[in-house]
Amino acid sequence: MTTTAVSQHQTKWWSGGKSPFNIEYGKLMMWYFLMSDSFTFGAFLISYGTIRFSQNYWPSPSFVFNAFPGAGHANLPLAFVSLMTFILIMSSVTMVLAVHEGHHGNKKGVVKWLAWTIVGGFAFLGCQAWEWHHLITGAHNVLVDGKIEQWGQSMSHNPWGPLVPHEELHKLGLSVAEGEHVYTPGPVAFGGYFYGITGFHGFHVFSGVIINIIMLIMAQTGVFDRKGHYLMIEKAGLYWHFVDLVWVFVFLCFYLV
Amino acid sequence: MEHPPATEVVIHHEPPSSTKRIWKVFWILLIITLVELGLGLSLYALDLPEGLRMHLIKGVIIILSLAKAYYIVSVFMHLGDEIRNMIMTIVVPLMLFIWFILAFLGDGNSYKNLRNKYDPYYRDRGTQEQQLKKEDRLEKKGGKD
Repeated sequence: MTTTAVSQHQTKWWSGGKSPFNIEYGKLMMWYFLMSDSFTFGAFLISYGTIRFSQNYWPSPSFVFNAFPGAGHANLPLAFVSLMTFILIMSSVTMVLAVHEGHHGNKKGVVKWLAWTIVGGFAFLGCQAWEWHHLITGAHNVLVDGKIEQWGQSMSHNPWGPLVPHEELHKLGLSVAEGEHVYTPGPVAFGGYFYGITGFHGFHVFSGVIINIIMLIMAQTGVFDRKGHYLMIEKAGLYWHFVDLVWVFVFLCFYLV
Repeated sequence: MEHPPATEVVIHHEPPSSTKRIWKVFWILLIITLVELGLGLSLYALDLPEGLRMHLIKGVIIILSLAKAYYIVSVFMHLGDEIRNMIMTIVVPLMLFIWFILAFLGDGNSYKNLRNKYDPYYRDRGTQEQQLKKEDRLEKKGGKD
């Protein structure tokens, strides 16, 4: 690019013949897609917030999410989701490193960092599968119509209501093993929102992994070298970072507050 | 210009040669996340009743999350390196979220208040739940002594 062209660009962005946003068409459209997608996620999360604000009681996240694979019944609030968050941040870093190598036309670097990003994506999906499985198949004592039932977290049942005091149980003629507790049913909407929103996010992670695998194959077979640029990696990168960005807010709304 | 070029003209800025900035942002994100976790766990450990202190901690967590979002969008997604026109077309529409959040959360809250006022079943269940929560808190505190 000559200096005259640069000064022209700086004075008249909208006189035609050039990109007024100084950005490649595909990348611009990716940005607009991500903006609209953020409204989709935003609508889901705000709807969740609305329902939560309309309830007198909502379970505390540290109480619901306190399990870790292989740790049995140990009480480890938020430990597993911290690991998931760390995996996603890390894979975002490897993705930005892949984009960085792409800027310099370094095929080997792109392939290496993309591969790590894909590994991170699968690791996250694996964690989510374990978490869902644990919540669905869990058995928690819930007091229903004067009887104790065993509930998992599902779309129609929520076992995370307030604790029933022991004297209350004695009055009803019920008893549980030492160290066990009985809860009242919690707000039903919890399950639908949790599985719906983390599932929608998980689906984004899954499609991001698929896109990254396609990018990896294209980079490996030299498609981008023949094109002379790695702009496709940048677009895939934007999508992947968006997935990480959404997780920041999912993490905030479901696990932290 | 009488003959506009067939392909779009984009001025590429020189890509940075080092990855220092990326790693710096990684550490920032990691530290913010750890602080958030600490605050989230403190909510659990302190077991605060609904009130100013709890809302203050939650407010700090929300602000830290927004800071994380800023770093991801600005540095990892390179939006900060684009020209101002471009940044504005993305950021300005997102301002709608401010109104969106205030309106809907306010709506949810008002729905709760209306039901507590006019639906006796809902109100009684709410009071019972609050009572159970209080007893639980007292029992735990008693257990610690």
